[in-house]
Amino acid sequence: MSEVKNILLVGVGGQGTILASKILTSALMKAGYDVKMSEIHGMSQRGGSVSTQVRYGDKVYSPIVGKGSADVIVAFEEMEALRWLDHLKIGGKMVINDYQIQPVPVNLGTAEYPEGIIDHLKEKVDVLSFKAADVATELGNPKAMNIVLLGALVKAMGGLDDIDWDAEIEANVKPKFVELNKKAFHAGYSL
Amino acid sequence: MKVIMSGNEAIARGAYEGGARFASAYPGTPSTEILENMPQYGESVYSEWAPNEKVATEAAIGASIAGVRSFCAMKHVGMNVAADPIYTFAYTGVTGGFVMVVADDPGQHSSQNEQDNRNQAKAARLLMLEPSDSQEAHDFMKKAFALSEKMDMPVLMHVTTRVCHSKGIVELGDRVEADVPDYEPKIKKYVTAPANAKVLRKTLEERVEAARAYANDCEFNRVEMHDTKIGVVTSGVSYQYARETFGDNASYLKLGLTFPLPYDLMKDFCSKVDKVYVVEEMDPYLEEHLKMLGIECLGKDVIPHYDELNTDIVRKAFLGVEPETYTTDMQTVVRPPALCAGCPHRGLFYCLSKREKKDHIMITGDIGCYTLGMAAPLNALHSCICMGASLSQGHGASIALRDAGKKTKVVSVIGDSTFFHTGVNSLMDAVYNSGSNLSIILDNRITGMTGHQQNPGTGYTLMGKEAPEVDIPALCKAIGVKAENIKTVNPNHLDEVEAALDELLGKDEPTVLITRWPCVLKKFSQQDLDEFPTLHKTQCKIDQDKCKNCKMCVKTGCPALISTKEKVVIDYTSCNGCTVCKQVCPFKAIEEVTR
Repeated sequence: MSEVKNILLVGVGGQGTILASKILTSALMKAGYDVKMSEIHGMSQRGGSVSTQVRYGDKVYSPIVGKGSADVIVAFEEMEALRWLDHLKIGGKMVINDYQIQPVPVNLGTAEYPEGIIDHLKEKVDVLSFKAADVATELGNPKAMNIVLLGALVKAMGGLDDIDWDAEIEANVKPKFVELNKKAFHAGYSL
Repeated sequence: MKVIMSGNEAIARGAYEGGARFASAYPGTPSTEILENMPQYGESVYSEWAPNEKVATEAAIGASIAGVRSFCAMKHVGMNVAADPIYTFAYTGVTGGFVMVVADDPGQHSSQNEQDNRNQAKAARLLMLEPSDSQEAHDFMKKAFALSEKMDMPVLMHVTTRVCHSKGIVELGDRVEADVPDYEPKIKKYVTAPANAKVLRKTLEERVEAARAYANDCEFNRVEMHDTKIGVVTSGVSYQYARETFGDNASYLKLGLTFPLPYDLMKDFCSKVDKVYVVEEMDPYLEEHLKMLGIECLGKDVIPHYDELNTDIVRKAFLGVEPETYTTDMQTVVRPPALCAGCPHRGLFYCLSKREKKDHIMITGDIGCYTLGMAAPLNALHSCICMGASLSQGHGASIALRDAGKKTKVVSVIGDSTFFHTGVNSLMDAVYNSGSNLSIILDNRITGMTGHQQNPGTGYTLMGKEAPEVDIPALCKAIGVKAENIKTVNPNHLDEVEAALDELLGKDEPTVLITRWPCVLKKFSQQDLDEFPTLHKTQCKIDQDKCKNCKMCVKTGCPALISTKEKVVIDYTSCNGCTVCKQVCPFKAIEEVTR
């Protein structure tokens, strides 16, 4: 029986991890895995810290990724990577979007955004960081940032190369955005 | 066919397959998506948004009495609103199978309290099912209608946030069609005048005992025997955490039908294991029953009585094991939720915030996005108890303060959907009993917080049909508010808001201010586009030459304003052009530009 794998996608409400996690879970099911995914809706979506948790393997019980158990954490915003650090498995990897969103207390001058997060995390764990929006913009649309991050996640997880990701993108994305998103996935995968 | 579904999607699918023909609900996290997923089965199942949970429950009860399989859905606190009909419907029993889906929110992800509604199943004597994942949510819901008919009891389908909002693989099935009998009155069953109700009170207990006998040997309750040193009694999503914690090193009594509890099965299971552990979220519901049966067990002595459980908590509680993790000294900053950029509530709360400091007004609040009016930097909302409470609390406070000789004025804020929910009768109280609070109805043309559901004021139904709209000013007038005491303003125009507040706060009788502008995240109807032609047409821009970095604009709390020590800039991907920042800028440094 294969071990259950754990993925965390973390960010700020409104950044839209939904499509990336939808493609991911649908592909994992078709590849024959048991899959569970958990996310929280509601008030936290109004600019709060949000997470999407994905678990897959022969048999998955809990839908929640525990502390010290994520094989890969994909952070859509850099302070969120720091917030979820304690959920990373020892030896796990982080994919961090080099992008900051100021929380309200920073905007009001009552707190400071921590400096040097990515360098700090690189001292501790295996980090791949890049500006996902720039990669997506070069391909034609900054909104494909999610799929760039998905590509990087699939590469970081390993063991998922047999899945036909292009077909999954075709099945989940509007026809006019298919080509863009395929390119975005492969750009993320090649980083 | 196998598909990935959230628990809520699976409940909707299960209702369709189970032969439901009628569904009604009031939205509330984490239950909202259940009814949102019903219109796709619209050819077989009629579905609607009701103004509140009591009405939704009564409508579904009516359908059941008429002989049709029906259900209602709500969040946990909605069951308090619906308690009146359901406690008595338990007495009468059903004709068409009836299910009340109630979604608890352990951990209060999106709720004002954390209550364990399993206690209400026991108190009202409702047959309770507790699924532990999406597949069971589908299967239990599908079977619940026939079970309700077999036992002549309403079913309480009890779910929690992690069941509702987690996704898993679901094997779908076909719809079972249930016959609808010709209507025949059953006066002794359904008219609960004391003479009938006293008979029903006795047969209710008989039905409970029949259901308990069924529960001892039914497909919803399952024994998994492995190592017998530890026996775990559990239900709902807690089963998943227990299974992950103990694996095959323990045996399990996995309960899916948890009222009435299967006492014989529980005693039998516990007699076969050396030690009994109880893994359950919130109250010691299973544990108290086990202890009542004289069974020694370990549960809430090591697991918290409150907050959400997870595998980490269960593992630490029973095995004393904690995961190895990375640690850091670097501190993160919290991200409190905030009113969105362009939110029509911001203008109103900005004006209230200024008065709150200057005039010492009391501001009673309600349930919705506008509860965030309490947050910094606005800090302009002082209470939030339950749906519809702001107007009645404001009335009580205004009378109490007046009679105590205080000058404090009272303002009450309530959203359009919340006003229709239970605010109308609160306003009636204020008018009938000559209160003096200002009731502000924040009409953003939709039910916002739960993700944009139609309501009686929006002109559309859940199934997408056009509908009559409640005329809020006319309704207030019909209740008895004087016509000259009802004002409607655009909340993005601060001068309009200020003038209306000046006038209405100067009066010593019930007054109503309606702020009418759509939620910026809403999918606009043609009617919205006609009525609000400037929506999303412009954005704001700061002229850095004129800006003195005084931060006045930042005091509106708009998340599109990015403020650093050196300057303030507006994020164009977020700005929706409400112009509130432009209006508060003392140096005219903010301009409105075409988008």
